[in-house]
Amino acid sequence: MMPTFLWTDIMIWSLFALIIVGIRQIASDAQKRKQWRKVFKSKTAMISVIILLFYFAIALVDSIHFKVEPSAENTTNKELISVLDMGLEHLILSVERTYSAPFALNEYSSSVVYDQSGNVQQVYLPLKNVATHINMDQSLVAYDVLTQTGWAFLIALIVMSFLILIHGYFRFKEIALRQSSSKVEGLPWSVAYITLFILIFIGTWFYLLSFDYHVLGTNKVGEDVLYQSLKSIRTGVLIGGLTTIVMLPLALVLGISAGYFKGWIDDVIQYLYTTLNSIPGVLLIAAAVLVMQSIMSTHADWFGSTEERADMRLLFLILILGMTSWTGLCRLLRAETLKISQIEYVTAAKAFGLNPFTIIRRHIMPNLVHLILIALVLDFSGLVLAEAVLSYVGVGVDPTMPSWGNMINQARLEMAREPMVWWSLLSAFIFMFVLVLAANLFADRVQWVLNPRSEK
Amino acid sequence: MFAYIIRRLLFAVPILIGVNVITFALFFMVNTPDDMARAQLGAKQTTPAMIQAWKEGRGYDKPLFYNQNSSGLNQISDTLFVQESLKLFSFDFGQSDSGRQISSDIYERMWPSLAIALPTFIIGLVTNIALALLIVLFRGSTLDRVTMGVAVAIMSISGLFYIIAGQVLFSKTWHWVPISGYAEGIDGLKFLILPVFIGVFAGIGAGIRWYRSIFLEEINKDYVRTARAKGLSEIKVLFGHVLQNGLLPILTGVVVVIPTLFMGSLIMESFFGIPGLGSYTIDAIQSQDFGIVKAMVFLGSVLYIIGLILTDISYTYFDPRVKLS
Repeated sequence: MMPTFLWTDIMIWSLFALIIVGIRQIASDAQKRKQWRKVFKSKTAMISVIILLFYFAIALVDSIHFKVEPSAENTTNKELISVLDMGLEHLILSVERTYSAPFALNEYSSSVVYDQSGNVQQVYLPLKNVATHINMDQSLVAYDVLTQTGWAFLIALIVMSFLILIHGYFRFKEIALRQSSSKVEGLPWSVAYITLFILIFIGTWFYLLSFDYHVLGTNKVGEDVLYQSLKSIRTGVLIGGLTTIVMLPLALVLGISAGYFKGWIDDVIQYLYTTLNSIPGVLLIAAAVLVMQSIMSTHADWFGSTEERADMRLLFLILILGMTSWTGLCRLLRAETLKISQIEYVTAAKAFGLNPFTIIRRHIMPNLVHLILIALVLDFSGLVLAEAVLSYVGVGVDPTMPSWGNMINQARLEMAREPMVWWSLLSAFIFMFVLVLAANLFADRVQWVLNPRSEK
Repeated sequence: MFAYIIRRLLFAVPILIGVNVITFALFFMVNTPDDMARAQLGAKQTTPAMIQAWKEGRGYDKPLFYNQNSSGLNQISDTLFVQESLKLFSFDFGQSDSGRQISSDIYERMWPSLAIALPTFIIGLVTNIALALLIVLFRGSTLDRVTMGVAVAIMSISGLFYIIAGQVLFSKTWHWVPISGYAEGIDGLKFLILPVFIGVFAGIGAGIRWYRSIFLEEINKDYVRTARAKGLSEIKVLFGHVLQNGLLPILTGVVVVIPTLFMGSLIMESFFGIPGLGSYTIDAIQSQDFGIVKAMVFLGSVLYIIGLILTDISYTYFDPRVKLS
C-alpha cells in the first residue's frame, strides 16, 4: 500500500491548514476573540458548527488515499482506497444483486425461479449479506435492531462522558487562570454536548447496524446506499469549500485594485466582470465543462486510473466554478474599497508617502475581512446545492464519482416504478439538507455578528 | 431620454464582443474545427482530405484571428472569429447537429418557456412581497422568528427535491394534475399548474428573507417615524410609505431578470417535459451540440444586457433623484 495524493486531497488539506491558521489568528487577537465568542453564543450557531465539523471530518478522512495493487487480497476492485473505505470495507464488499429496502432481508422485486419439479415461481430472493448472525429470521430483526441500538447508545454515552471530562478539565483550568469566569463564560456548552452526543450516537448506530443490514437499502446495482451517501460528503464539501478558495484570490486582487487605483484599471476590471456576469451561469459552466470533456476524451492517456480521471474532472469543475463565481464578491470588495479609501486615515497614509501595497495591507484589508468571511460562508451552501443541479444537467462531477447529484440523477426514474424506490433519493436529500441547513444557519449568525451594518 | 438609451445601447457592444471572445475561445481554440470534424465524421477512417472538405463546407477553414493571405482590413475581417461573430450579431445561429435551423427552433420554443416562467415570476413576486410585508408587520414576534426559521429550511432544500416530491404527491399519488407534458392554449393550463406552484414555493424562502431585509431597512428611516407621528395606522404606514419606497431597491433585482425569463428554466422544463428553451439547452448539453449551446450563451447575454439597460431606464423613471447622465 502506497500513500497517494490526489490533487483534491492536497487542496482539502490545505484548506484545513488555512482554517487552523485562521483560528490561531483569531485566538491571538482579543477583539476578534470576543467577536467570535459572540457568534458561538447562539445555540443554533453552535449546533451548526458541530454538524459542519462532523461533515468536514468525514471529508478529511476520505481524503487520505492509498494505492492498492490488484491482488487476491484486494477484493474491493478499486485501485485507490481512502481511510474511510478501510473503515467501511464491509459495505463495499456487501454488494447485492439489485434493489433492497432499508433493513430488508429479501430483494425488493420478485424474480422468476424454477423449483426442483420444474415449476415457475415468483419469489423474493433473500439478500446475500444481511442478518447472517440471526439466520435471517424476520421475527428476530426488530429485537436485534433494538439490542444494537442499546449498544450504540451505551458506546455514545461512554465516549461522550469521556469527552466532557477532558473538556471540563481544560475549562476548569482556564477559569482558574482567569478568575473572572462569570463575565467571559456563557458559551452554550450543554447544547454542544447534546449535539455531539446525538451525532456520535447516530454514527455508531449506523456503523454497528451496517455490518448486518443495509440500513439505507441498496440501489439498482445492489450497492449500499449508506456507503454512497457517506462517500458523497467529500464531493459536496470539496465543491462548497474549495471553489471559494479558488475564487478568493481573483476577487480579492481585482476587487481591491479596481477600488483603490480607480481610472483605467477600474474600467478594465469592471468590463471584465460585467462581461463574465452577462453570460448565464449554468450555460458558461456547461460550455466550459463540455470543452473540458472533449479535451479529456481526446487525451485519455494523460490520466492513470479511473479514480485519478474522476478526480481531475472534479478539480476542473471546481476551477470552472471558481472562475465563474468571483464576480459577485469582486463587485462588493470594489465598492467597499472605494468607500474606505475616501476615509481620512487612508488619505493621511497616502500623504505620508506610504507605498500603495502597504496601505492596502495595513489599512484596507483589515476592513474587508468581514465581507470576505461572510461571502465564503454564504457561497458554501449555494455551491453544494448547485452540484446536484449540474450533475443532473450532465455537467457535474464524473458519473463514476459518488455525489448526491449523481445519486439523485440515478434515482430519479425510480420514483416512477411501482412500488416506489424512495430510499436512495431520500438519503441523498437528507444528507444534503443537513449540511446546507447547518451552513445557512451558521452563515446567518456570522453575518449578523460580523456585519457592522446588520440590524441589532 | 432617447440619447441616453442610445448611449446605453452602445455600451453594450463591447460587452457583447467580450462575450463572443469567451465563447469563441471556448468553442474554437480549445475544440478546434479539426476536432469537430473528427468528432462529426467518426474517428476511425477519416482522411485529411475529408476533414478539409468538411471544414470548407461549413466555412471553418479560415484562420482563427489573423489572416496572413489577405491584405488590408481583410487580414482581420476574413477570419473565423469575425465571421462567426457577425453571424451571431445578426442572430443567424446556423444549423444544429440534427440539421435544423437553430433560429427558428429558438423562436418556436420561446413561448412554452415564457408560459412557465412568466406566471412563476409574477405570482412569486406578489407572494413574496405580501408575505414579507406581513412578517414585517409582526416583526420581533414569535411568528417572525418561526417564519424566518421555516424560510431558511425552505432555502436549504434542493430544488430537485421540490420537483420530485411535487410530482410524486400531486400527480402520482393524488392524480390531481398530469405528471408532465404540454399543450397550447387553455388545454395547457393543467400542465402548467404544478411547475408554476413548485417554482413559486421553492423561491419563497430566499424571497421572503430578501424583501423582509429591504423593508426592515426602510422602516427605521425618518419619514416612517414622521408618518407614525402623524397618527397613521401601522398598516397604512407599511402599504402607503414603506412598500412604495421599498419598491426602488426591489426594482434593481427584479427588472434585470425579466428579459431572461425567455430562456426558461433548465431543470423545471426537462422534468415536466415542456418543449421550451430550457429543455432545448439541456438536450443540447447532453448531446454535446456545440452550435445550440453557443447560440444560447449569446442569447442569454443579450437578454441580460437588455435587462441591465431596462433597470437603468426604470430607475430614472421611478426615482426622480437619479439624473440621466
